[in-house]
Amino acid sequence: MATSLTLKNIVTKLGQGLFVLWAAFTISFVLLQIMPGDAILVRFMDGDMGLTPDAIASIRTFYGADEPFLVQYFQTIMAYLTGNFGNSVISGMPVAQEIMVNLPRTALLAGLGFTGGVTLALIIAVLATLPGFRWIRNLFQAAPALLASVPVFWLGILLIQIFSFRLGLISVIAPGPWERLILPVATLAVPIAAPIAQILLRNIDAFSVQPFAYVARAKGASQRYVLLRHVARNAVLPVLTIAGVTFGELLAGAVVTETVFGLNGLGRLAERSVRNQDAAVLQAVVLIAAFGYVVVNFIVDMLYPLIDPRLRKPQGGNA
Amino acid sequence: MTETLSHSTGPRAAGGSLRRLLQDPFFVIGAAGLSVLLLLTLLAPWIAPFSPDEGDLFSIEAPPGDGHLLGTDEIGRDVFSRLLYGGQVSVLIGLSAVAVQLVIGISLGAIAGYFGGLADAIVMRLTEIVMCFPFYAIAITLAAIFGASVWNVILIIGILHWTGLARLVRGEFLSLRERDFVRAARSIGVSRTRIIFRHLLRNASGPILVYATLAVANGILAEAALSFLGLGVRQPQASWGNMLSAAQSMRVLSYQWWLWIPPGAAIVLMVLSINFLGEAFQRVLNRRPAAPVADLVSRRGWRARLPVTKGSENG
Repeated sequence: MATSLTLKNIVTKLGQGLFVLWAAFTISFVLLQIMPGDAILVRFMDGDMGLTPDAIASIRTFYGADEPFLVQYFQTIMAYLTGNFGNSVISGMPVAQEIMVNLPRTALLAGLGFTGGVTLALIIAVLATLPGFRWIRNLFQAAPALLASVPVFWLGILLIQIFSFRLGLISVIAPGPWERLILPVATLAVPIAAPIAQILLRNIDAFSVQPFAYVARAKGASQRYVLLRHVARNAVLPVLTIAGVTFGELLAGAVVTETVFGLNGLGRLAERSVRNQDAAVLQAVVLIAAFGYVVVNFIVDMLYPLIDPRLRKPQGGNA
Repeated sequence: MTETLSHSTGPRAAGGSLRRLLQDPFFVIGAAGLSVLLLLTLLAPWIAPFSPDEGDLFSIEAPPGDGHLLGTDEIGRDVFSRLLYGGQVSVLIGLSAVAVQLVIGISLGAIAGYFGGLADAIVMRLTEIVMCFPFYAIAITLAAIFGASVWNVILIIGILHWTGLARLVRGEFLSLRERDFVRAARSIGVSRTRIIFRHLLRNASGPILVYATLAVANGILAEAALSFLGLGVRQPQASWGNMLSAAQSMRVLSYQWWLWIPPGAAIVLMVLSINFLGEAFQRVLNRRPAAPVADLVSRRGWRARLPVTKGSENG
């Protein structure tokens, strides 16, 4: 799937991205509508509040929850287009405000986790290519499979157990703002590192036996030079693809990580909203995640031709 | 995008593959680990010392020892027995979720890859839509709609995880359908279904097997996470995931290691064994991108270059 940086291509990609966003919005809207019960019942049906059915009906009218399905759908779309995400029924706050509070936290966590994951993957890949004892090499080649086998939340628990409870290195009670992030970031980084390291290793293996690598070596280039200049450049491309896909997993992982470490963020907001059936908030979270995914993949698509000159030609051959 | 990642399989003599599998340390370790774990869970009714659901009110949260190999949980149920039975549920979910993925992924991927054009565009947009959903946000919404049960967990994982498979199959089909043996088959009037099943699908079976193996592992992990969040398999039925949800309590984390270490370790061992198998399949079944020089110097000699079309024209 060669991409090239022609205007037509960019416009097509943008169009596809918008379509995917719209579809994601519509599907999640339908799903949230058929979710049994709703936030208004969860919040206001409490007997202690002593609200009459009439009062609840008027609350319903206030939130626009009594309109027919299609009317609500178009109202919500129009509101989203003007940047109005509605109000959370549970907290009463505008959804946009809840998102603005939680998004930076998750973004920071995800950003650090992603950087950490890529770094870890690179370290593993480099160590595995070093000439050395056979068993060390095998150990690092087995590393991706091992990292991919640990449930994220269990890893989190294990890290808390080791570093906070046993070694007492990281305070559980009142950690500093950065101290608080160390373990969650480590937890997020491991599952991200696994697939990237796997692809890197596989590609380094495959590309170091390609003709161009042999030629370079025959001309007298050192092993390290060939690895860095010829092999690494080729091995990095597929990693970019994985990076795009991984972004979705980061947000997904955030739900679990934030739950385990008791951090606030989008993931926990989503989980809380499901429990309270707060559809307005969930809708926004899903759309933001979808938006992030689409944007990251758009950037990745645009980056391909910059990294691989073969993809720059308008016709573009297959890589 | 997938094309850069996956490499088509050249069918090789089955005997050769098997021999190479048996020589692969990943395969040996993975197969051994998996067999032991599967035997333990499948033989649970005979091995388990206690019933998995019956609590012993006289020994609540008892540490290991004293008849209970791995202690008891908060209502006095034997952890070891629950671990054995919970393994059955985890394996069932992993395998069934992959079956769902295989059905959806192969059909859509085959349609996209074989017919191309509009069909391809529709399928690709569909996969993008599913991929851009944040897994847990949608999974917990679906769990809230359909309720938490084993079958719903299978459906949720299957419905949300088929995209990789569809893209893989599509990529394989795209590259295979222009190969000479497929063109030849088409030109002598072999029917479309026969081409799809006998020629394309068969030749794509290596990468599919690799992917499906890893998908079982991911299914088990997804079950664990969903159940941990309380949205997967419901108590009293045991699963490795919902046994771990006990670990959300600080008291358990601090003092009762036997409640959260064994199920976690069981998941890691099971998933690791499966991942090792997948890695071994990948090495043995999936050809690397064409590497003429390497093939010429490899121990298998020139024969390694030949098998691209061998054995696949018998349509």
